[in-house]
Amino acid sequence: MNINATMFGQLISFAIFVWFCYRFVWPPLIDAIEARQKKIADGLADAQRAVKDLKLAKEKATDHLKDAKAEANKIVDQANKRKAQIIDEAKEQANREREKIIAQGKTEVEAERNRVQEELRAQLAELAVSGAEKILERSVDKDVSQSIVDKLVAELK
Amino acid sequence: MAADSVSGYIQHHLTNASMCMADGHIAFNHHCENAGFWTWHIDSLLFSVGLGALFLGIFYYVGQRATEGVPGKFQCFVEMLIEFADNAVRDAFHRSDRFIAPLGLTIFVWVFLMNLMDLVPVDWLPQLFHLMGAEYFKIVPTTDLNITFGMSLGVFILIVFYSIKVKGAKGFAKELTLNPFNHWAFIPFNFLLESVTLLAKPFSLALRLFGNLYAGELIFILIAALVPMWFQWTLSVPWAIFHILVIVLQAFIFMMLTIVYLALAHEDH
Repeated sequence: MNINATMFGQLISFAIFVWFCYRFVWPPLIDAIEARQKKIADGLADAQRAVKDLKLAKEKATDHLKDAKAEANKIVDQANKRKAQIIDEAKEQANREREKIIAQGKTEVEAERNRVQEELRAQLAELAVSGAEKILERSVDKDVSQSIVDKLVAELK
Repeated sequence: MAADSVSGYIQHHLTNASMCMADGHIAFNHHCENAGFWTWHIDSLLFSVGLGALFLGIFYYVGQRATEGVPGKFQCFVEMLIEFADNAVRDAFHRSDRFIAPLGLTIFVWVFLMNLMDLVPVDWLPQLFHLMGAEYFKIVPTTDLNITFGMSLGVFILIVFYSIKVKGAKGFAKELTLNPFNHWAFIPFNFLLESVTLLAKPFSLALRLFGNLYAGELIFILIAALVPMWFQWTLSVPWAIFHILVIVLQAFIFMMLTIVYLALAHEDH
């Protein structure tokens, strides 16, 4: 057991090995490790952000839903109101139409009645004259009787 | 076993295969007893370099195919080690140098693999190499003081390098001479103290690792040498299980102390 040249042999191989490790072995491995660490850190940060985003999105969705519900309720209310309004309007219009039709009918009936009355009166006059003519036959002065009948007819009015 | 052969067996297992130049020729083992400093423990170097190359080869392969998407199981395993080293450096350093973490990773995995050889039953590989003609073969490089000192010497050089790089040569000199007593009269005393502090770092690194692994290996060898073959597992298995803890811990300590020493070198007083 003595110190000899082996020590320097070992020293030289030590130096070469350490240099080789420093130059060729260490860099690719530590780079890979660091790159992966960064990837993992980024991934975790992304996941955290995604969770936050999801929460926000959920809140937003809930808000939207609430808004939509309120909107829908409003629309339904408006529609109901409008419906009532339309119905009322329609009723009113129908009433007006009815009255108009009734009035028109009445006028028409009146006009018809007047015409029939006129017609009847003319026919009655003729009928009366012809009747009187038949009753009186020849004796009656046509002019006198005509005037009597006219008087009668006038009274009918 | 007779006492003689027991001590011989232990001695045999604790001897490195060595290589040197003798009389202008490459010589081995016994012929190197007088070669002095220029002796090479080829078994330690072979396993140390082989395991380091294995580790870096596998990690390089994974690194080239690394995906930043969903990683495979093996990539996950490698990345765990990378992050382990990276976190250790981040915890110790305020301003981190991109060089320290790969250094820590290399030390941790390499020392761990070298220590792991301790769990290979003590006779397997030496016997195999014996069949191939090697007289001695120690497969645990970290039980060789040269290996642990080689690494701690590298760390020591880095400590000095970073001290000078961060504080400047003047700042480093000040740190060595004007601490802990900030007075000119204390400069020699301070220098003595600080030098001891500085030099103690590589020594403690190297001796701690060597001591732990050498002791662990020695226990395995003792079990193999003294206990009957059919009974060995009752001792060696518990010791091996305990040793799993020791080898990871020693690799971790070597890495951690290196990082701490370098962090201290980065600090201004």
